[in-house]
Amino acid sequence: MSAVRSSAQARGRDGPLLAVQDLHTWFELRQWGFLRVGSVRAVDGVDFELARGEAVAFVGESGCGKSSLARTLLGLHKPTRGEVVFNGTRVADLRGKDMQWYRASVGYVQQDPYGALPPFMDVRRILSEPLIVHGISSRVERERRIRQVLDEVRLSPAETILDKFPHMLSGGQQQRVVIARALVLEPSMIIADEPVSMLDASVRVEILNLLRRIQTERELTLAFITHDLSTVRHFADRIFVMYAGRIVEQAPVDELLAHPQHPYTQSLLAAIADVDAANARQQREVPGGEPPSLLHPPPGCRFHPRCPHAIAGVCEVDDPPQFEPRRGHRSACWLHR
Amino acid sequence: MAQKTLLSVEGLELQYQTRRGVARAVDGVSFDILANEALVVLGESGCGKSSLAKALLRVLPRNVHRFSGKVMLGDTDIMALSEEAFRRDVQWTRIAMVMQAAMNALNPVVRVGEQVAEPLRVHMGWSRARAMERVARTFEQVGVSTDFLQRYPFELSGGMRQRVVLAMALVTEPELVILDEPTSALDVLTQAGIMNVLKRIKQEQGTSFMLITHDVATSSEIADRVALMYAGQVVEVADAQDFFHAPAHPYSQMLMASVPRLRQREEPAHIPGQPPDLIDLPSGCRFADRCPSRFGRCAEDPEPIRLARRHHVRCWLHAGRSGGGGA
Repeated sequence: MSAVRSSAQARGRDGPLLAVQDLHTWFELRQWGFLRVGSVRAVDGVDFELARGEAVAFVGESGCGKSSLARTLLGLHKPTRGEVVFNGTRVADLRGKDMQWYRASVGYVQQDPYGALPPFMDVRRILSEPLIVHGISSRVERERRIRQVLDEVRLSPAETILDKFPHMLSGGQQQRVVIARALVLEPSMIIADEPVSMLDASVRVEILNLLRRIQTERELTLAFITHDLSTVRHFADRIFVMYAGRIVEQAPVDELLAHPQHPYTQSLLAAIADVDAANARQQREVPGGEPPSLLHPPPGCRFHPRCPHAIAGVCEVDDPPQFEPRRGHRSACWLHR
Repeated sequence: MAQKTLLSVEGLELQYQTRRGVARAVDGVSFDILANEALVVLGESGCGKSSLAKALLRVLPRNVHRFSGKVMLGDTDIMALSEEAFRRDVQWTRIAMVMQAAMNALNPVVRVGEQVAEPLRVHMGWSRARAMERVARTFEQVGVSTDFLQRYPFELSGGMRQRVVLAMALVTEPELVILDEPTSALDVLTQAGIMNVLKRIKQEQGTSFMLITHDVATSSEIADRVALMYAGQVVEVADAQDFFHAPAHPYSQMLMASVPRLRQREEPAHIPGQPPDLIDLPSGCRFADRCPSRFGRCAEDPEPIRLARRHHVRCWLHAGRSGGGGA
């Protein structure tokens, strides 16, 4: 282990596992390859901390920046500004072996299991690859770890699975293989980007339960990225609601669902009804307009053009800071000032 | 109730020839839809629900092995119509459809107003001026500003494109609109907006809808009745109230228990096992090997059993509790 990492880890042990400060991930947009047109502000000023063993959900609609955030946390995008600090170490400073350690410490579960698995590799090879890359040279040791992790994701007996290719597996089985691959290097954190949105309803719950069980048993930190608020309740401890590149509200799950503070969260919740025959006869309240362009976000609060409670002279002028209208419950809205 | 039956389907079968054998995608499906009624066809992927929609509108792939059954639209036996007569008298004009992912299939180089006018001009022979007038009205109904008539698809957001596609299905004022997963690729708020439009059109125009989805929560936003499909068959059809709160088929019960609830404490439960292969269907009840209530009789193929008026279930548990099979 390198000196940078070990001293940093010693410092980081009592703190949060992951700390994100003032994070910005912008993508430069060019015309004809050289003319700068502007920047897509996918992640635009995000702060949060994740404790060890905590399951959180990032909820937002498409284009809110949640997947870009996930990919920035994984080190796949370089932040334009701000920092990701993992276990006391700045991720941007990691090089070579240290970066490899980070990659092994953070597992990734993608949205589309079939697309995430190489079609020409059997399950044994898919699960061996990360182990080989991370220097587990003993075949026996690799086989032992693979069987253990297959057992953990309930793909057993291993013999029936190891020689199969992805197309021979059902969607649920494929997603289990993706999860097994994320776990095989024994990470301390898992980032799951819409892990069940491609699966059928009956399988969804199974995969979510599996993730939740593994997270509890291994005391993992789980960041669960989703557009679907209704699945969050049972599978996360805390929710972060994202809108147009920012976190607009954060609170423990039950608190947020019972007392949503931000008008955006309130309209999201109002749009989702629990299954009932009476739903068919009710018009849902939906704010007009659409999420803003991340190339030219509106000034002030980004939700103000759609907000039913916008305060003229305030919301379109100044960016709202995070207020704490209730204990442990933060909301970036001028209504709380 | 004085509602007239608009569509009546009896023993519909659609089979595909594949390299591995014959896939029975729609296997003896019967149901009806009343005027101004919304029937939701619910089911998981591969249950045959999209094939059912395609069969009704006769948009079929080339590898059809068998396509039979009786489909009455009002007084017309539409299965008996020739291809040409069907296309002229039924497709688009009386039954229109929004295909899955249709919003991505808009022609990128034609202005959206022109595209929506196409069914009027091609199928009904309207003049351009008359058609555009109707298109403008339809745009207003689906909540798209008429400023957008002259735009190209890429200038519109996903939600707006989905509304345009919806306008294309509604513009001929058909009696029945079939929607295949109309909101599954959309965000929560956009989805709610589209469902609002459907509800309003149903109320104001008296249109009937057949909405196909895998999502129970979406289904409850429009359903008067629900038909649940499993492995090519309708296993239960019931009023929305009964289906959502007192489903009779064990599969319906387990599906309802698997739905995560935002405002209730119960943990959702998953359904173990997998649906059977449509090419190699088991004899007897197709859900039997996943069913916690299976018993000896499940080795026989269950007939639809009538539980109440317009409530049928394909499950032996209900045999003897009712007036027997049939209508």
